Amino acid sequence: MKLNNIGYLLKEGFRGIFQHGFMSFAAICVTVACLVIVGSFSILAYNLDIMVEDLNKTSEILVYIDSSLPDAEARSIGTKINLLDNVLQSTFVSREEALEDFVKDHDDDSAFNGVQASDLRHRYVVTLEDNTKMKQTDEQLKQLPGVVKTSAAYELAEGFSTIQSVLHIVSVAVIAVLLVVSLLIISNTVKLAMYDRRDEIAIMKMVGATNGFIRLPFVVEGFSLGMLGAILAFGLEWVGYDAMLTKISSVDALQLFHFVPFQELLLPMVATFAAAGMFVGIVGSWTSIRKFMDV
Amino acid sequence: MIEFTDVVKSYAQGNKALNGVSMQIEDGEFVFLVGPSGSGKSTIIKLITGELKPTSGTVHVNGYSLERIRKREIPYLRRTVGVVFQDFRLISKMTVYENVAFAMRVVGAREKEIKERVPYVLELVGLENKMNRHPGEMSGGEQQRLAIARALVNNPSTIIADEPTGNLDPERSFEIMALLQEINNLGTTVLVVTHAQNLVELFGKRVVAINEGKVVSDGLGEENNHEAE
Repeated sequence: MKLNNIGYLLKEGFRGIFQHGFMSFAAICVTVACLVIVGSFSILAYNLDIMVEDLNKTSEILVYIDSSLPDAEARSIGTKINLLDNVLQSTFVSREEALEDFVKDHDDDSAFNGVQASDLRHRYVVTLEDNTKMKQTDEQLKQLPGVVKTSAAYELAEGFSTIQSVLHIVSVAVIAVLLVVSLLIISNTVKLAMYDRRDEIAIMKMVGATNGFIRLPFVVEGFSLGMLGAILAFGLEWVGYDAMLTKISSVDALQLFHFVPFQELLLPMVATFAAAGMFVGIVGSWTSIRKFMDV
Repeated sequence: MIEFTDVVKSYAQGNKALNGVSMQIEDGEFVFLVGPSGSGKSTIIKLITGELKPTSGTVHVNGYSLERIRKREIPYLRRTVGVVFQDFRLISKMTVYENVAFAMRVVGAREKEIKERVPYVLELVGLENKMNRHPGEMSGGEQQRLAIARALVNNPSTIIADEPTGNLDPERSFEIMALLQEINNLGTTVLVVTHAQNLVELFGKRVVAINEGKVVSDGLGEENNHEAE
């Protein structure tokens, strides 16, 4: 393709957008709708993922140390705990600190009247790298000399893991389905625009235009429509998300949920919307024109 | 040059559109291709323009071997063959000038070349005063002249006219045929597919008659008439 043609082809591509105003408007609307749905679902999934992750991080194993061991020996067990594969962090809590915590956590101080620190055991609060392996790690901790008892909520940890896995699968499936749907709709919209110009394409073929030359304006048109749709969808997503956060922050009952601010998602969202807009526009127009090339 | 050697073309349904066609059209010749509907004329045109490939035999058009042409070579073959259709196939939203310039643009011509060549070709077909008109504002004869201008603008060595006078009255038909003869006089090979027996006789050019996928006669109009008798 000659360089002096590039300007003409780009101009033709942009001209096509205005020449088929209604079709272009329809294609942009469909792209915006699909990308807003995909984007909203992705943000929701991301937020839920973070919330589940945060909840998951609160899962820990309490490791109780034999009360007959001297303090120094009890503290040295931490080194052995940290050597275990799945252990992220272990924090030593002395029996005195444990009593203080109990008292702090309960409004009724009288419940602890007469309880001495010596009645309690030294303990470690152990957090894990992978909570799905909580049971195995718990077994390993129990085997350590000096450990008399552990306390771990497997069911809770497993529940969180299951929620996370289901969430991942559902998000991927929904996003894939919506992308395919938008691709098909864009492809059909572009196909209608192509149908409108089939005579032009036939004449181009007849006088000896190459396939690349015929395709490029339509691909430029599809790309521009996809990108315009992506920019509008991105703006709507931003405004909508910020409005939702403002609304949530004003309702006390919803303070439990922590949503990440849109600014934190800016780069991945720009990249995703741009890539999706480009993909939908280029693939949509490319596949539509194939049918019209066999003249 | 166009050369068909023992060409067979069968379609998927199994019917043979061409059954051993051999003919040769030299550079600069003017040839009429005649025959009843379904005789294989359209198949011959489609083979020449690379829309179809022969089932067997060889087809050579302006240096390209159509039986083994690559897909990406077809646009370059088509630049050597200008085609004119009965229904004109013009772009109604473009002006006369734009319709012709469009044919140059899509093969990558520069604007300077376009500005020089389009008025020259429009003058050749007698449309120099109608450059800003749209096809819908012109008569059938003028539209066909415009279609001829578009076919000519990229300077092809061959013009194929498929029933160019099918939609025109006798007077306009004669004018179009005279224009094609004028173009032929300038050195372009012209192949006209037609049913208009009166025009074929009037112009006294070589006539290739085809029937049921075979060449049944090939010679000057008069000789053909005698052979047919």
